[in-house]
Amino acid sequence: MAIKVENLTFIYNQGTALEQKALDDVSFEIPDGQFVGLIGHTGSGKSTLIQHLNGLVKPTGGKILYNGEDICGEGYNLRQLRSKVGLVFQYPEHQLFEVDVISDVCYGPRNLGLSEEEVHARAEDALRLVGMKEKYWDQSPFELSGGQKRRVAIAGVLAMNPEVLILDEPTAGLDPRGRDEILDQIEMLHKERGMTTILVSHSMEDMARYADRLLVMNHGKKAFDGTPKEVFRHYKELEQMGLAAPQVTYVVHALRERGLEIDEDITTVEEARDALLAVLRRPGKDQHA
Amino acid sequence: MGIIKAEKLIFDYIRRDEEENIEEVDRAIDDLSVDVEKGSFVAILGHNGSGKSTLAKHINAILVPTEGTVWVSDMDTADESKLWEIRKRAGMVFQNPDNQIIGNVVEEDVGFGPENIGVPTDDIWKRVDESLEAVGMTAYRYKSPNKLSGGQKQRVAIAGVMAMRPECIVLDEPTAMLDPNGRKEVIRTVRELNQKEGITVLLITHYMEEVIHADRVIVMDEGKIVMDGNPREIFSRVEELKGYRLDVPQVTELAYELRRAGADLPEGILSREEFVESFIEAVSKTAPEKLHAPMP
Repeated sequence: MAIKVENLTFIYNQGTALEQKALDDVSFEIPDGQFVGLIGHTGSGKSTLIQHLNGLVKPTGGKILYNGEDICGEGYNLRQLRSKVGLVFQYPEHQLFEVDVISDVCYGPRNLGLSEEEVHARAEDALRLVGMKEKYWDQSPFELSGGQKRRVAIAGVLAMNPEVLILDEPTAGLDPRGRDEILDQIEMLHKERGMTTILVSHSMEDMARYADRLLVMNHGKKAFDGTPKEVFRHYKELEQMGLAAPQVTYVVHALRERGLEIDEDITTVEEARDALLAVLRRPGKDQHA
Repeated sequence: MGIIKAEKLIFDYIRRDEEENIEEVDRAIDDLSVDVEKGSFVAILGHNGSGKSTLAKHINAILVPTEGTVWVSDMDTADESKLWEIRKRAGMVFQNPDNQIIGNVVEEDVGFGPENIGVPTDDIWKRVDESLEAVGMTAYRYKSPNKLSGGQKQRVAIAGVMAMRPECIVLDEPTAMLDPNGRKEVIRTVRELNQKEGITVLLITHYMEEVIHADRVIVMDEGKIVMDGNPREIFSRVEELKGYRLDVPQVTELAYELRRAGADLPEGILSREEFVESFIEAVSKTAPEKLHAPMP
């Protein structure tokens, strides 16, 4: 059990006229190594929630436990927590500031007080992990393309060797290929390093493809919690929350309404293709093919 | 000739060292010619770095051609004396809503442009009223832009452009930073302006779902136009699009995959409804016994 959130409540500007409840009695547990998708419309509390997970914001009520320890408890080492729970903000490339790529990635681990050798080793590792070739390492980060900048920013967080990686819309503004490259890399990191991953995204198609589990936030509360297939069964309720299921899920439901027998839990193009091809084939006729 | 025309347009980004010697030349637009018909809705697709934003910036003379010519309403964008006239005719909306809103109150922000070009006060208010109405933001006119959602901010930015009474609006990835609801809001607004007010729209985007209602889709790669046609024509060329690092809508991809496996479906399916109808028809031909009464 890596992260445990118990009855978490957070109120902005408590006691003033601007008081606003951003999180309302949220509880869940994320075991080590899970890939969790976090969805919800703008203002649903997702960003407030992830800021709690590495101690940037203190709960108004409830508890957050990391490996069994209360992160708001007295004497808890928040600095250490932040190196273990890496948070990649939205548009992280806006936070690049160093003269060259490698120095930017070195900044975090150097602040941990590691030896210069270790700092460099980690930075180089992290840059390779995100697929940044060596020829870019001495370039100014500001001369890179949007997708490359973003990878450098993610490398900066990976160089801290986090156990948990939280990414807030890491693909916003990227073109389709840039998006797939970043997500494939995140998936690879998740698999190879067994890193617990929490991904915030508006793309239900991406969620269906990558996440083991989906947490859906709505008005500060946890609305759904389950595998993507379980959650997308509630596509009608999701729509009322300003969300949606993947396009193919709608197609499958529409075909079912027309009388075709198709598994309702289809969420990806590949699954839909296989299921629909089976429908088109006459039983017995195509089996030898 | 259409409202926007480019002929043999070339644009180089030139980097110079301290002594002004040329250090690097990066060709962003490479011998591109295009003609946009007045009142049409044109979508421009292309991966990051394909030259689409550079092209957009030529349309209201933020950039002027290295070689070739761009005309907006018959005015050459390289003619400095026409600069303000061109910018009045062709308004631009950018990606980040927070970078283009300056007023403390929504109506002030919308009135900024006309005020700047010396429109009489009464007329400014009239334009503000009309523009806010056109984007459906009248209810928010006395609000602070800071309190608006991303989609609402973009609509205010569009109203600001509309207040200049343009003939054409160029939107450079206006929905890239928005959530799905905000995205729908903005696209609906843009379509309405095109259909009701007859404004020519050039929409640059990565989201294929936003393109299916366009009259014309232009795909750019390495500074050139590589595909040009209506959405159905463009989206029937799935492999080619993928080669240019682009996606197709999920239903289009599904139909394409099924066709490849031998299913009898038409090319270039764009919407869910179309897909469902075509698929039902295909089933009725190959396995009609599977079409029985709807399941409870």
